[in-house]
Amino acid sequence: MTTRIFVPLDSAAVACGADEIADTLIREIARRGLDAVVVRNGSRGMAWLEPLVEVETIDGRVGYGPVEPDEAAALLDAGLLTGGRHSKRIGLVDEHPFLKNQTRLTFARCGITDPLSLDEYRAHGGLEGLARAIELGAEKTVAEVLESGLRGRGGAGFPTGIKWKTVADFSADRKYIVANADEGDSGTFADRMIMEGDPFCLLEGMAIAGLGTGATKGFVYLRSEYPVAIRVLGEAVEILRREKVLGPSVLGSGRAFDVEVRVGAGAYVCGEETALLDSLEGKRGQVRFKPPLPAHKGLFGKPTVINNVVTLASVPVILAKGGAFYKDFGMGRSRGTMPLQIAGNVKHGGLYEAAFGLTLGEIVDGIGGSTETGRPVRAVQVGGPLGAYFPRSLFDTPFDYEAFAAKDGLIGHAGIVVFDDSVDMMKQARFAFEFCAVESCGKCTPCRIGAVRGRETVEKVMRGERVAENLALVEDLCNTMKLGSLCALGGFTPYPVMSALTHFPEDFHGTPIREAAE
Amino acid sequence: MTVFKAFDAEDAAGIIAELKQLEGPLLPILNAFQARYGFVGEEAVRLVSAALNLSRAEVYGVVSFYHDYHQAPRGRHVLKVCRAEACQARGSDAVAEAVEKALGVTFGETTPDGQVTLEAVYCLGLCASGPSAMIDHGRLVARLTPARAEALVEEVML
Repeated sequence: MTTRIFVPLDSAAVACGADEIADTLIREIARRGLDAVVVRNGSRGMAWLEPLVEVETIDGRVGYGPVEPDEAAALLDAGLLTGGRHSKRIGLVDEHPFLKNQTRLTFARCGITDPLSLDEYRAHGGLEGLARAIELGAEKTVAEVLESGLRGRGGAGFPTGIKWKTVADFSADRKYIVANADEGDSGTFADRMIMEGDPFCLLEGMAIAGLGTGATKGFVYLRSEYPVAIRVLGEAVEILRREKVLGPSVLGSGRAFDVEVRVGAGAYVCGEETALLDSLEGKRGQVRFKPPLPAHKGLFGKPTVINNVVTLASVPVILAKGGAFYKDFGMGRSRGTMPLQIAGNVKHGGLYEAAFGLTLGEIVDGIGGSTETGRPVRAVQVGGPLGAYFPRSLFDTPFDYEAFAAKDGLIGHAGIVVFDDSVDMMKQARFAFEFCAVESCGKCTPCRIGAVRGRETVEKVMRGERVAENLALVEDLCNTMKLGSLCALGGFTPYPVMSALTHFPEDFHGTPIREAAE
Repeated sequence: MTVFKAFDAEDAAGIIAELKQLEGPLLPILNAFQARYGFVGEEAVRLVSAALNLSRAEVYGVVSFYHDYHQAPRGRHVLKVCRAEACQARGSDAVAEAVEKALGVTFGETTPDGQVTLEAVYCLGLCASGPSAMIDHGRLVARLTPARAEALVEEVML
């Protein structure tokens, strides 16, 4: 039997030479006359092991990583096809503790299957959710999502079922499903990974949303910084159209639904749902006033479900296994699983899907294995550039929407960025303002002007100018931005700033900044 | 290697004709212009606004809003270095400094020979393997060190 070798096509693997490795293996397999084939899979999510090359053996899939491009031929010499010994061999991949302890519901197939093989997708449970949605009909489909307790994974945490029901109940000649794939938060890559590693899953979720709400057209708004995802998702759409999963009669149901992939143009604020809609319409990506809600008056003025990629990609499993199954995971009002993205200065970074409820300490020290530099963890930013910096003293906070809000933070899209003790928190506070200034859409004054003044004021503190007075000004400004901004960009920029000030006041001393440790 | 095509009104009109039928066609058209010609200039704005029945001010407003669009040609290659938090935590400031030094320009500038434009990017989604960078529209590199970044610059300068 032909042996299958897996070399990820995921960006994180490609950026470390996976394409070269695949090319070398294909060339060497031909040259040596071996009975083997190279499959380009998604990533398993163990970023520190990428490129992770796997081979299918009778005992299971054996992994090697991180493989350097010039090691590919040597892997074959070492007997790669039978899982032979090599210094990069990590053993059976499924037995790896990082994977073994996860609860993979949304990312169940990611890294395992060929992302562009519909046969494999079906063999691993794909399209079961869509088939069940067709069987249930629109009303019961939405009820299932409501029952699951699924909340928006983009950061706002709004109950998905309520959003869907609002659109379903609103009659219109045309409705839309929009997947927000403008994953601009630093420290996050779950959307990218699922679009590269299991794109059918997102598209299936969108089709279910379409059938449930009566929408016939879907858009994926994908950021231009994700070239691999753009290619893979585009090919996936073509395949589903060809196989009549998408199109005039979804899976032979007689109901129409089609998807178009649209690429953004580099504007962080377009991750905000109403700015995204304006951008899709061909306008500047400026935030809209609400109401009207997108569910009533969204894309081109029509009722629109706009959900994050992970939210939509979680829907197929909910439909396939039932809302009650999904709801069984998690804690409090945070039901189901969350793909944690452990990033920054961390030993074992990557994607870790788990039920809500792990503490920040368990995630950073336990799963992440602390810093890569070996220095102590000093701060952890959770939830992207608009998320708060958490000190070690808050490491007992459980990963849950409400628990993080209670500590003046947010889980956002579940990006977790680890910093060691060389971090200068005043510099991070300055960066938060700077980022907001660069990315502000300019519509509301607190954000547009507040961000610039905030940066200037922190710079005054850095220079030692009237430190106490200027810090009080920063705090006052943060209050104005928090309460007066139109969207989360201006409204949440105070989170990183104020958390840095509150938890790390020793860094805001106004003398020349601490030397970064080498 | 990216070779931008010189702007040509007839060619541009072809792009517009092809994409005009889309719902909300402006961004797809501007994306195509930027990718093909390396910039979206005044003439392009005039063409699009006429074809889509928009005012030039509206189209200009869109072009000037998005970071990806540039109103004048830039370097033959664009090197984007991630400056966001996850890469910062992994030492991207040192990488950024090394790149600036090796190119002899600061962020936002183009080398005098027109070969490379250096830009900041806020997140390539490679946050557990930073510092990372993107060359032109698709080549990704991660786990950069100042030394590896210098080697990369040398390669792009060729």
